[in-house]
Amino acid sequence: MDIVVCIKRVPLTQEMDLEIDPSLKDIKRDMLSYNINEWDNYAMEEAIRLKENCGGTVTAITVGKEEDEEILRRALAMGADSAIRIDPGDIFLSPSLTSRLLFQCIKDIKYDLILTGVQADDTNDGLVGVMLAELLNLPHSSVVIGVEVLNGDIRVRVELEGGLEEVAQLRLPALLTIQTGINEPRYVSIMGIRKASKKEIKVLDIEDLGLSKDQLVSDTEIEELSLPPELEGAEIIEGSADEIAERIIEILKEKGVSI
Amino acid sequence: MSDVSVLIEHRDGKLSDLSLQMLWKAQELSDILNGKIDAIVFSDSEKIVEDIRSEVDTIYLFKGKGFDLFNSDIFKDIIDRFLKNNHPLITMIAHSSWGMDLAPALSVSADLPLCTDCIDIEIKDGTLFAIRQIYNGKIYAKVRFRPADGYIITVRAGSFPTEKRGGRQAEVLVEEMGEGVKSDRKRILEYVESAKGEVDITQADFLLSIGRGVGDQENIPLLKELADMMGATLACSRPVVDKNWLPKYHQVGTSGKSVSPKVYLALGISGAFQHVAGIGGAGTIIAINKDPKASIFRVADYGVVEDLFKIVESLKAKLKEGS
Repeated sequence: MDIVVCIKRVPLTQEMDLEIDPSLKDIKRDMLSYNINEWDNYAMEEAIRLKENCGGTVTAITVGKEEDEEILRRALAMGADSAIRIDPGDIFLSPSLTSRLLFQCIKDIKYDLILTGVQADDTNDGLVGVMLAELLNLPHSSVVIGVEVLNGDIRVRVELEGGLEEVAQLRLPALLTIQTGINEPRYVSIMGIRKASKKEIKVLDIEDLGLSKDQLVSDTEIEELSLPPELEGAEIIEGSADEIAERIIEILKEKGVSI
Repeated sequence: MSDVSVLIEHRDGKLSDLSLQMLWKAQELSDILNGKIDAIVFSDSEKIVEDIRSEVDTIYLFKGKGFDLFNSDIFKDIIDRFLKNNHPLITMIAHSSWGMDLAPALSVSADLPLCTDCIDIEIKDGTLFAIRQIYNGKIYAKVRFRPADGYIITVRAGSFPTEKRGGRQAEVLVEEMGEGVKSDRKRILEYVESAKGEVDITQADFLLSIGRGVGDQENIPLLKELADMMGATLACSRPVVDKNWLPKYHQVGTSGKSVSPKVYLALGISGAFQHVAGIGGAGTIIAINKDPKASIFRVADYGVVEDLFKIVESLKAKLKEGS
């Protein structure tokens, strides 16, 4: 089974204080460190496992600049056979454009299955995978938490809301967007990445894909970014750890919890 | 005149809260646009119709065998045809697993721009804007669309009240599709319950809930011990289940359970909206997190900005003293 995985490099913002760039169109990025999008890491792992079980190849693709190649080297270290970077030049990427670029690249590749993450941790659009599926005219399932390969088909478990799962069967070739928790992604060592850095990464620009800049009109654009509106929020308990613990126990008693 | 269409979601004969929330917003938009509200319903039966009749002007019911199972591969083509015939200016779809599987494909096939996971929709001087959160809710984005005949927006759960406004009396247009339309490339086989287990967090009065901030599987017994000492039931957020540190039936949030304890003590939980959506019914929320900008502090009643393990140790010591 030949599998294509689309991955993205995103800034790590969990415990960061974010500031908005004066253009109001982007955040200030100079203090941020980056890694592979968490969902995409699960998608990579799933692809490698399917390859280990069924044979075939794994190709990792990203749309991004040269610095984004670090996640492709990581993918190669995980076990991908080849890697492609689509260089968007100076166009401002949006999900609709990213899926167009991926489509233009993947339509000429041989594949049985395409995996993407459900969404990216930075902008949370959840768009690229399913748009790509429609452009390629592929059956697809989103928010997938289990994959089983049958003869020419694939059976998937989809996470629905409220603790419910859907079981669906798709004909191959197909596209799946992968949810976190589907597997336990393997550890990738620095040594492994260093070894993989000897492998070639194929770079394609917009012209290589047979497109021109004026064909690439985005469906949406950022009008402006802002910080969340101020809320009253929580009453902050301060003091030493012991004082805080005491206050918490007091609150629990006030609220009628027996401890 | 411009109309607003809403794709209605239902399961086991029950309308989803998010469907009502979208209809609530649709009333406001249709007032501004001086247009009508259409509901698009796929079902085996007409059961769901009465639940929304007072909220919309026209219900387009696509009735077919198997249509109570949501199959984006079938419904996308039918909605695409509906959009080409009816030209609503705004089409609202739930930002749910189903909506996420359908809306982006519809956007491509209908050639209409889409903005996902929106928490509000604004029309200013005739221009439509969608409001959404990015970077884990730390930044708000106002999004503009390219000019088009129509716009598709998926709406985040909990963005609008789950309230009926009433006052309308919908005409119901049924399209009988008999045996239904089938897809030979995607079949929905069944729905199964995944989050059953030995602990029922929905019944607990006091939940001690842990998140990514607990850092390591080795720390779980420490927190279990604290929960036992306090008489609390252990719950968690998604990353803890993703990493297999606790079984799924402990999970609070949209893909887990909604809970309503008297007290919800959140340790190392950042407060992603999917999690917060599950704790709306909690009486008092106390949150401990070392990131002062964590979204959980926006919904908590009490906050502690500190290393959670320091507080855990002190709590244990105090409880031992007290016993």
